Amino acid sequence: MAENVKEKIVEIIAEQAVLQPSDVTMDATLEELGVDSLGLVEAIFAIEEAFDIQVPFNANDPSESDFDVSNIGAIIKAVETLVAAKG
Amino acid sequence: MSRRVVITGQGAINALGNSATATMQAMAEGRCGIGTLEIRDAARLQIGIAGQVKGYDEAAHFGRSELVLYDRFTQFALLAAREAMDQSGLNVGASDPTRTGVVLGTSGGGLQTQDENYRLVYEEGKNRVHPFVVPRLMNNAATSHVSMTHGAQGPSFTVATACASSNHAMGLAFHLIRSGMVDSMITGGSESMLVFGGIKAWEGLRVMSKDGCRPFSATRNGMVQGEGAAVFVFEELEHARARGANIIAEVIGFAMSSDASDIVMPSRDGAARAIAGALKDAKLNPSDVGYINAHGTGTAANDKTECGAVRDVYGAAADDLMMSSTKSMHGHLIGGTGAVELLACIMAVRDGIIAPTIGYEEPDPECDLDIVPNVAREAKVEVAVSNAFAFGGMNAVIALRRAP
Repeated sequence: MAENVKEKIVEIIAEQAVLQPSDVTMDATLEELGVDSLGLVEAIFAIEEAFDIQVPFNANDPSESDFDVSNIGAIIKAVETLVAAKG
Repeated sequence: MSRRVVITGQGAINALGNSATATMQAMAEGRCGIGTLEIRDAARLQIGIAGQVKGYDEAAHFGRSELVLYDRFTQFALLAAREAMDQSGLNVGASDPTRTGVVLGTSGGGLQTQDENYRLVYEEGKNRVHPFVVPRLMNNAATSHVSMTHGAQGPSFTVATACASSNHAMGLAFHLIRSGMVDSMITGGSESMLVFGGIKAWEGLRVMSKDGCRPFSATRNGMVQGEGAAVFVFEELEHARARGANIIAEVIGFAMSSDASDIVMPSRDGAARAIAGALKDAKLNPSDVGYINAHGTGTAANDKTECGAVRDVYGAAADDLMMSSTKSMHGHLIGGTGAVELLACIMAVRDGIIAPTIGYEEPDPECDLDIVPNVAREAKVEVAVSNAFAFGGMNAVIALRRAP
């Protein structure tokens, strides 16, 4: 399951960034990958759809949302937590 | 000598009250009209608050044969227009009816009608809808019904520039009179987007607050939607004087600009160009302006961009003026918002009362202007300016002066 989450998120981010999945590294930030605020909102929508979860994210203040988007690894970890909580 | 344009009537309905006077009274009291959103399927929404018109009974205002044709946004426009026309005393038919037109703003048009009828065909599987769905939902329905009700046969159309729709509408009405094309206009805007589909769509963008609209406060976390309408009678000065009309305020300038940059992120430069354009059109110096009704949506992006743009244009004078966002009280009426907010500008120049920005909690260094926190203020203001900056980067700024 964990590997699936990672793979799927990398695929979603890569699509937003117009990159190959292999270019999306765990310590890369969205900014470094060229994903802007609108791209992020779209990526989160894709994540919610893919895992059937609700992501607590407010575009007004991404840093204060309960969802860590500081880098790709953090996003994966946050999604894994949400998926696990769903049971 | 160029033609001058004055306001001789005003009307409104929104979360703060069912008339222009009631709305201004609520603004002066700093009352919050935002509360629990009560619509069908609200439990499936993440956003549970709005500036909703509560306790509204459409049958108390319109007959059955009218209601089959009037979406809620049209009803709001008609009620506000009726109040404005009654106050103005303008009788369109008394002289040439082609010299009066109607320009209203709306973003979504007949969204109640759309939402209800999509449900019928998609959710309930019905294969037939009411024959008047199209004339109810079209964006120009409100304008058309106001035109029909008051017999205004002059230039009439609807403007849809999202959150700037009303300001664009009123600015164009001002220009139509000033240019000599007409002598009077019924103008303003209306919106009724508080339907399941409307709020669900906004949720998707993740810019809505779940707990309140706190413009310019460091603790702000998004916008809150409202609904309603405000409508005004704009009239050429000599035309108004000749019939002994009461003059509420003068419209002195208007400008528009396009950011031409991003579909949702606001541009400081685009906003500044519209503000500077309005001051130039009104032949004003920055220090002439006493009050700005801000676009002030309560989103992180708008409020700091707007404060930056105001600083860019007003320079040192920015520290001497007052700027508030009344969206903190009535919510964001999207295509109707500029019209309701013009009431705050009128209250400033006519009554000397500055509407506050309520919900203010903590200063934000990026919004370091006098935003009239939480409590209204008395001040003598000669000129007030209203900002509107829409999604899509379309900006419209209008300036008023105390009645001559």
